Amino acid sequence: MKLDTSGLESAAPVWGAPSELVDGFSAAPSFEVPNTTDFDGFQKEAIQMVKPAKGTTTLAFIFKEGAMVAADSRASMGGYISSQSVKKIIEINPYMLGTMAGGAADCQFWHRNLGIKCRLHELANKRRISVTGASKLLANILYSYRGMGLSVGTMIAGWDETGPGLYYVDSEGGRLKGMRFSVGSGSPYAYGVLDNGYRYDMSVEEAAELARRAIYHATFRDGASGGVASVYYVGPNGWKKISGDDVGELHYKYYPVLPSTVEQEMVEAAAA
Amino acid sequence: MARYDRAITVFSPDGHLFQVEYALEAVRKGNAAVGVRGTDIVVLGVEKKSAAKLQDSRSVRKIVNLDDHIALACAGLKADARVLINRARIECQSHRLTVEDPVTVEYITRYIAGLQQKYTQSGGVRPFGLSTLIVGFDPYSGVPSLYQTDPSGTFSAWKANATGRNSNSIREFLEKNYKETSGQETIKLAIRALLEVVESGGKNIEVAVMTKEGLRQLDEAEIDAIAAEIEAEKEAVEAAKKAPPKEK
Repeated sequence: MKLDTSGLESAAPVWGAPSELVDGFSAAPSFEVPNTTDFDGFQKEAIQMVKPAKGTTTLAFIFKEGAMVAADSRASMGGYISSQSVKKIIEINPYMLGTMAGGAADCQFWHRNLGIKCRLHELANKRRISVTGASKLLANILYSYRGMGLSVGTMIAGWDETGPGLYYVDSEGGRLKGMRFSVGSGSPYAYGVLDNGYRYDMSVEEAAELARRAIYHATFRDGASGGVASVYYVGPNGWKKISGDDVGELHYKYYPVLPSTVEQEMVEAAAA
Repeated sequence: MARYDRAITVFSPDGHLFQVEYALEAVRKGNAAVGVRGTDIVVLGVEKKSAAKLQDSRSVRKIVNLDDHIALACAGLKADARVLINRARIECQSHRLTVEDPVTVEYITRYIAGLQQKYTQSGGVRPFGLSTLIVGFDPYSGVPSLYQTDPSGTFSAWKANATGRNSNSIREFLEKNYKETSGQETIKLAIRALLEVVESGGKNIEVAVMTKEGLRQLDEAEIDAIAAEIEAEKEAVEAAKKAPPKEK
């Protein structure tokens, strides 16, 4: 008996029409292969060329009151800062958020696609999709494009019947459930602050401040992160944007410049 | 690659799909099946034709599991049923795999009905010759449900329903005698309904009960006991009917 794999079916282009009535594996997705002597080497080079460094800092964690999601807003192309105002927290639907790390277009498109699928699920089944289900839909899609150059490192955070949910999904096809995640080139710095200050029973304000500080510290040390630190809260009634602070201003808020005592002052020498 | 023959199920000039209607005829000739929904339990009962002496009755189970929390009984072509049940079982597991959640009763009913409809609108195939009664509890809400599908691919939810042979008489009985029941009362109602058209006795009916914990097949002795209870109640009612003139 052939397995029904329609849930895992690739959205990638398919050669050869699958039989509709007989559930079988559709023909494996494929692109035309270029004419080279060393295809494997060529493929590796191609992947390295398009591999964006995931220059960003995003984080999300679950605590007693729900989930907190935060991200910076800098987009960089190598050493050039192409934008300081990128929306890296994507609103999938009123109770689910996704974060963007990796290729901006990939993240935006596939999150929008996921939003469509979630809505269709709601219409067909008369109930909201769970965070588990939504993250699994995205992970299955990304898995079917594995090796084709997608670059997505996202966290799906939301609130469903079972409470707050947080999943990390990436373009390698991995999917992890967890309480705390940070993704991007600034994530080691963010983890340092986040893991240090995290407690399960924080209030919403304390959690927001923790998220904000973690993003700030990451932007301080990581050149590829900066701009505005956005913080969102996901609760039983859906998500709500808590704050969006310029990290430069946050710096002077956390480390205000103290007027220092003057030891010696240079005075203009009196005209000789 | 299958070469699609011309369609078998086509419209007649006056808007009928005769193949589908003939399939419904096949259902009408199948053994009776009844389903009753209670507040905390759903009961399925199926008429069992007397087993041949040498046949191993355990291999002809008529009420089957689709998943831990969903069961199905049907009337019509049993071979078609086997194919449909296998596809439904795979879909139940496939759903668990893709959304990490068990199916709801409505979802799997919609899937089975969709499958039945597909075969009325494709080339080279005939419709499935069976109607199904699908019962179960939804995974999180714990609400019990009873659904029915038919060869045309329509489905709907019911408080109590019957299909197969003499289903009209059973349905009439249910319409007259249905009320919200729970536990043992629901089982009794289902068996009473089935006994309207089937010879009494545990040998001739198969009954299964779906609760939040899962599906339980009643064994012959239990069914006999309940049938005897029903008989006794019937006689008491008969006796009461004859008694009042005397008491006057």
